[in-house]
Amino acid sequence: MSEPAIAVHDLRKSYDGFEAVRGIGFEVARGEVFGLLGPNGAGKTTTVEILEGYRQRSAGEVSVLGIDPGGRSRELRARVGIVLQSTGIYRHIKVREAVAHFAAMYPHPRDVEDVIALTGLEGKEEALARTLSGGQLRRLDLALALVGDPELIFLDEPTTGFDPAARRNAWQTIKALRELGKTVLLTTHYLDEAQALADRVAIIKDGRIVVEGAPRELGTDTRYRVAYRNGDGSVVEHETADPTTLLHELTAAALARGERLEGLTVTRPSLEDIYLELVDD
Amino acid sequence: MTDVAVLAWRQYRLERKLFWRNPSAAFFNFLLPLLFLAFFGAILHGNQHDLNVIVPGIAGMSVMSTTFTALAFNMTFLREQGVLKRIRGTPMPSGSYLLGIAGNAVTNTALQIAIITVAGRVFFGTGWPRDWLELFVFVAAGVVCFASLGVAFSHAIPNFDSAPAYVNAVFLPVIFVSGVFYDAGRAPGFIKGIAQALPLKHLIDGLSGAMVHAHSGLGANVSALGVIAAWGVLGVALAIRGFSWEQRRA
Repeated sequence: MSEPAIAVHDLRKSYDGFEAVRGIGFEVARGEVFGLLGPNGAGKTTTVEILEGYRQRSAGEVSVLGIDPGGRSRELRARVGIVLQSTGIYRHIKVREAVAHFAAMYPHPRDVEDVIALTGLEGKEEALARTLSGGQLRRLDLALALVGDPELIFLDEPTTGFDPAARRNAWQTIKALRELGKTVLLTTHYLDEAQALADRVAIIKDGRIVVEGAPRELGTDTRYRVAYRNGDGSVVEHETADPTTLLHELTAAALARGERLEGLTVTRPSLEDIYLELVDD
Repeated sequence: MTDVAVLAWRQYRLERKLFWRNPSAAFFNFLLPLLFLAFFGAILHGNQHDLNVIVPGIAGMSVMSTTFTALAFNMTFLREQGVLKRIRGTPMPSGSYLLGIAGNAVTNTALQIAIITVAGRVFFGTGWPRDWLELFVFVAAGVVCFASLGVAFSHAIPNFDSAPAYVNAVFLPVIFVSGVFYDAGRAPGFIKGIAQALPLKHLIDGLSGAMVHAHSGLGANVSALGVIAAWGVLGVALAIRGFSWEQRRA
């Protein structure tokens, strides 16, 4: 199992002369949750759709579960689950009927009732799809992607449009997938989502990966921010790679003056700070 | 291959179930042509010449509405809603899926033709079809022709909201010029010319030969079959050529 679930090398994709993806490379290990971040039009969806087999690449090498997705083999499609950004379902299909129908497409499906329970659709088994709320439909999307018992799951913005409680529920489900040993490729606009769920993230901008790593390791080479309020109430901010020394100096100086550093804070840059720094020009 | 057939059958069964669960689709695809038949039958009651025109005319219209109209709507909806794209991401073979959808449409055609045939015998004095083989051949040719044209036409429809306008802009003129409601032989020359070039008039001619005219037979309508086949070839080519599994980006 040392072979990565996804291996991408120097991937390129052009549409009518416009190069949407300009040499992307990354690997996702088995059992890993990998987050792909970036602004709209950065090349995220193009990259993911090449991995899903919806699009053909212009150049580069791509391997998904050891198979080239460009060949659109049935074997590969039986081993991955795809939750697209916006996909519909028949309006007059019932939840259980839909899950069972999709289960029959796969060689080794999961139990229909288990999948309904895992995705929190209990009690809705007999409901028609057209009567479901947006969040319930999204859970049905997830159920249909999981029912084939995939090794690898693509989640394209799985919580867009969710209220905060629904998002937390979805996060629990995604964490449960990790515990089942599934590999997940997640694209999202929400940086807290990537921080909460992903083992590693890559930020894409203008068709290239600008930074890649574990969310908490990103930005360790960036500066910590130390802030406090001055005697006149104004906020003083310092940035440093070495907060220990800086704090020692600041507090020593303040004590020598007989002052306190009101509202003293030391913050590590969040994924959001790093993201904005990288993505904003 | 058995797997492909089994999945096609499952898809077909699901499509049938969902068809009856959607009252508006069931109405427009199914009851409307039968209502037309009932209305015209009542209006033309006692006028056997006109009834002999209207029964095969409605049969031809039914073939077109259950295949061309239904598939143009359906494919546009499935594409726009992303159902096609979702299916494309599963191991279900594309052929099984499309077979299931087409099978659903063809079942509606068969049911309608059966009802119209029985109604012709019981209510409209046209009797049983004179030539069952000819009836089968023309319905089958009409189904292939109009189903493929419906799928091909769905490629030209930009979104589902505009689908009724696009479909009716084709369907209504075609049924009027092709003599669904009157004897096409009495139409002015330029309308006859247009109808001659289109497949529906030829389908109705063939159905008329099969259902009401004793001594025409399949041999007398070979050229009509040729026109339908030519449109069918064009339809299949265009249906495959322009096929898209997902909504085009605006």
